[in-house]
Amino acid sequence: MTDTQNLTLVQAVRDGLHSELREDDDVVVMGQDVGKNGGVFRATEGLYDEFGGDRVIDTPLAESGIVGTAVGMAAMGMRPVPEIQFSGFMYPGFDQIVSHMARFRTRSRGRFTLPMTLRAPYGGGIRAPEHHSESKEAFYAHEAGLKVVIPSTPYEAKGLLAASIRDPDPVVFLEPKLIYRAFREQVPEEPYTVPIGEAATRREGDDVAVFTYGAMTRPTLEAAETLGEEGIECEVVDLRTVSPLDREAIVEAFEKTGRAVVVHEAPKTGGLAGEITAILQEEALLYQEAPIGRVAGFDVPYPLYALEDYYLPSAARIEDGILEAVEF
Amino acid sequence: MFDRAYDDTVRVLDEDGEAVGDVPDLDDESLVEMYRHMRLARHFDGRAVSLQRQGRMGTYPPLSGQEGAQIGSAYALDDDDWMVPSYREHGAALVHGLPLKQTLLYWMGHEDGNNAPPDVNVFPVAVPIASQIPHATGAAWASKLRGEDDAFLCYFGDGATSEGDFHEGVNFAGVFDTPTVFFCNNNQWAISVPRERQTRSATLAQKAEAYGIDGVQVDGMDPLAVYSVTTAALEKARDPDADRPRPTLIEAVQYRFGAHTTADDPTVYRDDDEVERWKRKDPIDRLESYLRGEGILDDERVAEIESSVEGQVADAIDAAESMARPDPRELFEHAYAELPPELERQYEEFAALRDERGDAAFLED
Repeated sequence: MTDTQNLTLVQAVRDGLHSELREDDDVVVMGQDVGKNGGVFRATEGLYDEFGGDRVIDTPLAESGIVGTAVGMAAMGMRPVPEIQFSGFMYPGFDQIVSHMARFRTRSRGRFTLPMTLRAPYGGGIRAPEHHSESKEAFYAHEAGLKVVIPSTPYEAKGLLAASIRDPDPVVFLEPKLIYRAFREQVPEEPYTVPIGEAATRREGDDVAVFTYGAMTRPTLEAAETLGEEGIECEVVDLRTVSPLDREAIVEAFEKTGRAVVVHEAPKTGGLAGEITAILQEEALLYQEAPIGRVAGFDVPYPLYALEDYYLPSAARIEDGILEAVEF
Repeated sequence: MFDRAYDDTVRVLDEDGEAVGDVPDLDDESLVEMYRHMRLARHFDGRAVSLQRQGRMGTYPPLSGQEGAQIGSAYALDDDDWMVPSYREHGAALVHGLPLKQTLLYWMGHEDGNNAPPDVNVFPVAVPIASQIPHATGAAWASKLRGEDDAFLCYFGDGATSEGDFHEGVNFAGVFDTPTVFFCNNNQWAISVPRERQTRSATLAQKAEAYGIDGVQVDGMDPLAVYSVTTAALEKARDPDADRPRPTLIEAVQYRFGAHTTADDPTVYRDDDEVERWKRKDPIDRLESYLRGEGILDDERVAEIESSVEGQVADAIDAAESMARPDPRELFEHAYAELPPELERQYEEFAALRDERGDAAFLED
């Protein structure tokens, strides 16, 4: 029996960084406010004191500089873990992400690889100012050469983060900040990994498969429980990695139910739900019994917080989407 | 070397090849080798442009006029030092060990061109302007964090100094005192936009002031001056005890004789007079005059060099052109360390169709 701690998701992220800093001298954490301040969400709390300013590095406020210097470090064999304070501030570093982070291995025919993990809190629901709430995981999932990981529980946050840091390829690690402190879970103190590229079934059910990830996992499960009371049994699949997608798990859940709904807070058009729908069309058309539903953010700029509860898929919208698929 | 006004350009040879500054301490053979590499780069460049014109190579960025800056600076590197190029440093990369065949392959559309031999410390070509500058800072930073003592030489152009990545990369280098030398090939033109349109600053070297690092301007048409300045900057980068910041910004003032790339027509935006004026400063003629004056070069040696560089370039072209088209599997091979199942599936689907229909169904003539 290993020792565990009762941690929130953000504490589990911090614990994962702590474990990996201790495991491997090549791991460095870098970004705005990650050092002495311990991160604006406390994701790096205490790490500076324990590992020092050469391992937990306060950088100038410059996203392209943070990502670009991490690319250079990783090319030399280090395992940098740069943090962008909010995913809405990634864009000054976007060129470095798509032009270099994603391409260095291909460009150099494998001579230079980038074992780096770019962390950023993402998603809405915390009553934040403009630019602090978007979900842009589809940008990164669209970029070949990257892996995109999104945890939804404390246990998995630590394990997936460790797997990302140890991965030989660059990972964009998006942390659903709405559930940073939403609940606690027993998390082993010792290091462990949760594999990248594998979905997890959160709830078993025969009537409809519901695919989701990140902060939307909770309202989806809530909707599934409500519908369960009415005799509609949802299979809820948490993707955990949105690139590469676990096609096998997606297809398997659909073949079991013949109906599917995808839930994400990112805008509907061009989002992961379209990709999942296409996978099901390609691989399991003959199992299909109803149109595949998409419950997503609206195709509008993310609102200021007076309107964000209407924007985000709520349990009510998710229930409605599932019912449409079930009642077709 | 670094205690001078930013516009006090370092010079060793004047336009006629007369020594007007301190000639670096290089033996005769090294000087001849430097000259030979400049001739090699010039000849290679002419051949590459002609290959493009004949449809034997894709778009290519010529370097003629910039041999002094490229070869002079690359000669200052130790083998263990790293070069972080943009996309025009074929001559510099050659000096640091990248075979000409690799450069040809890259511009002939083979990713393999960027696959430098493992002992050649050259980063892959970086096309987006200035985006390699933070890499050079980060790589040098890694070296410093690991207690190694290698220096990193990063090339970019005058246009790059307007980009955010120039500011961010050089600023990080100043803050973290990384062993990086930022070498700006100020060739006066960012495609059609003149140097004056990039910044109101009188020099590019003075931008170092804002980052708290050393900045120096050098005559980029003078290979010996470039060698001296780069050597001093690299020594300072390697030595953490030096009583100065480790990073340096070098502005090498020079001129691109030809087009930005083979897809560009410079007569649209600049006068022939200007080109002719700069051609009188040709770095190759200048070094040749100096070496002849010193009795280090004569007609016979020059003829021998001419014929050897012609042979070397011809051999590289033969080698590059004899490379077969890569197998489509290569498309997938290096996207990830381990191919995700979906990519494996995409490849297999394509491979099966290719087997069925034959290569001709996919390839343009």
